[in-house]
Amino acid sequence: MSAPTIDAPHSAALDAAESGGVQLITFTLRIRRFNPEEHPEPVWVDYQLTMDPKERVLDALNKVKWEQDGTLTYRRSCAHGICGSDAMRINGRNRLACKTLLKDVNPEKPITIEAIKGLAVLKDLVVDMDPFFQAYKDVMPFLVTKGNEPTRERLQSAEDRERFDDTTKCILCAACTSSCPVFWNDGQYFGPAAIVNAHRFIFDSRDEGAEQRLEILNDREGVWRCRTTFNCSEACPRGIEVTKAIQEVKRALVTRRF
Amino acid sequence: MQIHKYDTVIVGAGGAGMRAAIESTQRSRTAVLTKLYPTRSHTGAAQGGMCAALANVEEDNWEWHTFDTVKGGDYLVDQDAAEIMCKEAIDAVLDLEKMGLPFSRTEAGRIDQRRFGGHTRNHGEAAVRRSCYAADRTGHMILQTLFQNCVKHGVEFFNEFYVLDLLINDGKTAGVVAYELATGEIHVFQAKSVVFASGGTGKFFKVTSNAHTLTGDGQALVYRRGLPLEDMEFFQFHPTGIWRMGILLTEGARGEGGILRNKDGERFMERYAPVMKDLASRDVCSRAIYTEIREGRGCGPDGDHVYLDLTHLPPEQLDAKLPDITEFARTYLGIEPYTDPIPIQPTAHYAMGGIPTNVEGEVLRNNTDVVPGLYAAGEVACVSVHGANRLGTNSLLDINVFGKRAGIAAAEYSSTVDFTPLPENPAEKVQAMVDGLRDSTGTESVAQIRKELQETMDTNAMVYRTGATLKQAVSDIAALRERYKNVAIMDKGFRYNTDLLEAVELGNLLDLAEVLAVSGLAREESRGGHFREDFPTRDDVKFMQHTMAYQEVAADGTTSIRLDYKPVVTTRYQPMERKY
Repeated sequence: MSAPTIDAPHSAALDAAESGGVQLITFTLRIRRFNPEEHPEPVWVDYQLTMDPKERVLDALNKVKWEQDGTLTYRRSCAHGICGSDAMRINGRNRLACKTLLKDVNPEKPITIEAIKGLAVLKDLVVDMDPFFQAYKDVMPFLVTKGNEPTRERLQSAEDRERFDDTTKCILCAACTSSCPVFWNDGQYFGPAAIVNAHRFIFDSRDEGAEQRLEILNDREGVWRCRTTFNCSEACPRGIEVTKAIQEVKRALVTRRF
Repeated sequence: MQIHKYDTVIVGAGGAGMRAAIESTQRSRTAVLTKLYPTRSHTGAAQGGMCAALANVEEDNWEWHTFDTVKGGDYLVDQDAAEIMCKEAIDAVLDLEKMGLPFSRTEAGRIDQRRFGGHTRNHGEAAVRRSCYAADRTGHMILQTLFQNCVKHGVEFFNEFYVLDLLINDGKTAGVVAYELATGEIHVFQAKSVVFASGGTGKFFKVTSNAHTLTGDGQALVYRRGLPLEDMEFFQFHPTGIWRMGILLTEGARGEGGILRNKDGERFMERYAPVMKDLASRDVCSRAIYTEIREGRGCGPDGDHVYLDLTHLPPEQLDAKLPDITEFARTYLGIEPYTDPIPIQPTAHYAMGGIPTNVEGEVLRNNTDVVPGLYAAGEVACVSVHGANRLGTNSLLDINVFGKRAGIAAAEYSSTVDFTPLPENPAEKVQAMVDGLRDSTGTESVAQIRKELQETMDTNAMVYRTGATLKQAVSDIAALRERYKNVAIMDKGFRYNTDLLEAVELGNLLDLAEVLAVSGLAREESRGGHFREDFPTRDDVKFMQHTMAYQEVAADGTTSIRLDYKPVVTTRYQPMERKY
């Protein structure tokens, strides 16, 4: 392979990314704290921080925990938007704290942080994930096949693979489900994430369990509860077109074609 | 305190743990204990692929893969184990496909394959397309697929249960002790067999691709029970982490044609690896990058990084094959990889060493004997298939091949034996540790000690090491371990006390960092990921053997490290000079 050289001048974005001198900013993190061991009601607490605005909201939470108040509690792991641990409401919108830079959430004003909605808060930003995972398990989120297994791989055209690509990206962070007004009011609703994971299999050309999954989602608490508010698509940190996926499942229920 | 009884207990719910659980659950009553939720593991962060000689797109065979693995590991690989891994790789990939994994496909509808560092045709002739992948989300897809199959098989998970001790009675495995994060309650799990699959330990470095949660928990608690740790000085630095943040940018980017460049725009890898160039093994690329930086050819105002250049690749190719890593560059650096090169630096990535096992996953208590009922698989273990330097994609392979083997072996063992009686007061040690931390009136902060640990490790035990830097690390770590005895936490509660958890994790990191530095100081040679500037060549006469580190506890409670060595298993490949 030939080795092209870089002759284009640096873009302003690259220069900014590489700049050594960091302009620190001072801002307020306003966190909705809740610890039933200490107080029965949630309280808002402000923390002052001085940081590089290109750092993540998760870095800010870590700074509070490590330097100011070790009792602050939240889930986190990978810190770059892959593991799905740190979905929370930041300035009223569901996001991953590790994928949100401070400069992008207007640090001129207090940045508000609270637990995602619709799931019971256990402590600070930690919610009970069990109902969320139960809905996921209820849609048979695994490949269902009949007949003998082939010796080699099952064939699938690149086009058939592309058909369900979007919904394979789900990291089960619950940002979509906990942004859904239907789910807030009706905890029995499967919620967007479970439907996304049903979609991932219904439209997989190798799968033979679509009829069963569609019957599950034809339930009173299934896809028909969706009111197409698009909150879920907006909330998804992986950019999945969640509402579109739900619409496709609805259409498959009507047409029985998938 | 609650007591539970299971035939088989698996510690960890990442790739290796869930792969083991799928086998074990079908054969024995199994519990999986995880300090996170199953899909939060760092297996999900793996990107580029999983190698297997499927030969779907060009001629290939598992023997070539074995050779590459042995050479990649700088001949410290146990060759019998590498042969098993590369042979079983083919079924491991096909198993995943049958479980539903959405691999990227060829025109003919087969699993597509692409090039990856160190993987070659016919013993080093040229790069070969061997890596089976799903865009740059292969680890994510593996993790999701394994979790989906755990759901299918009804695997029983104990989420947010942090295992803090291993119980051995009369030389045999008796169970584990865990701390329930939600309540602060201690649980004893009596088990006939235990599989450790708790992952890596990269958080003792500052610039690392590893998750916050990768704190060597399994390695540390096994080590404190007097069992050895193998080859801990061998730590892999992945060449392409996002500058300063360490976030991984897959080697698949170079497999797709990406190029490393210095400040002059030069494709410098041509000078270091004339045949494989940017697809030389990771240790070779990481050293080359640091050499460029040291010799003044680094990029940026401080000359402290180089570029990963993808700008010559068509945007459609980046969108289809590398969607996640290009998004990382946009999100975290604010740059557009279509038009700008990405600032990168080597990032602490993977522990080649760990808990020594044989090829069935059984844990060794010395060079030859196993602990009955104790197993390990994945990054926590050292089989050793990675030797002194792991080839890219071989970790996803390792977790699948040896996770499966360990799961089967553990369940089969469980079905042939009775429970080993629990030792008296099985939770005593854990209760004392947890109470000690919760009640401590000390003055030291967890975050401060951890920060200093990471700083000394980055300065003294990274890509380039010398006797002097490793001695500095050993003495710094000893001082930090002293200070750790006086550590205090702010959260005194029982509910979701992650402050307490971070303190325990720091204790693990400190112990393992010491093992790394002491093992590295004793290894006066350069091999794979361990490069000693004061001993820049490989010494097969003295050091073609595995390090085995044991914790010795004196009568007064002070600890020290005893080093022993174990021969390398050589079958068909004699050590040669390593060139790419």
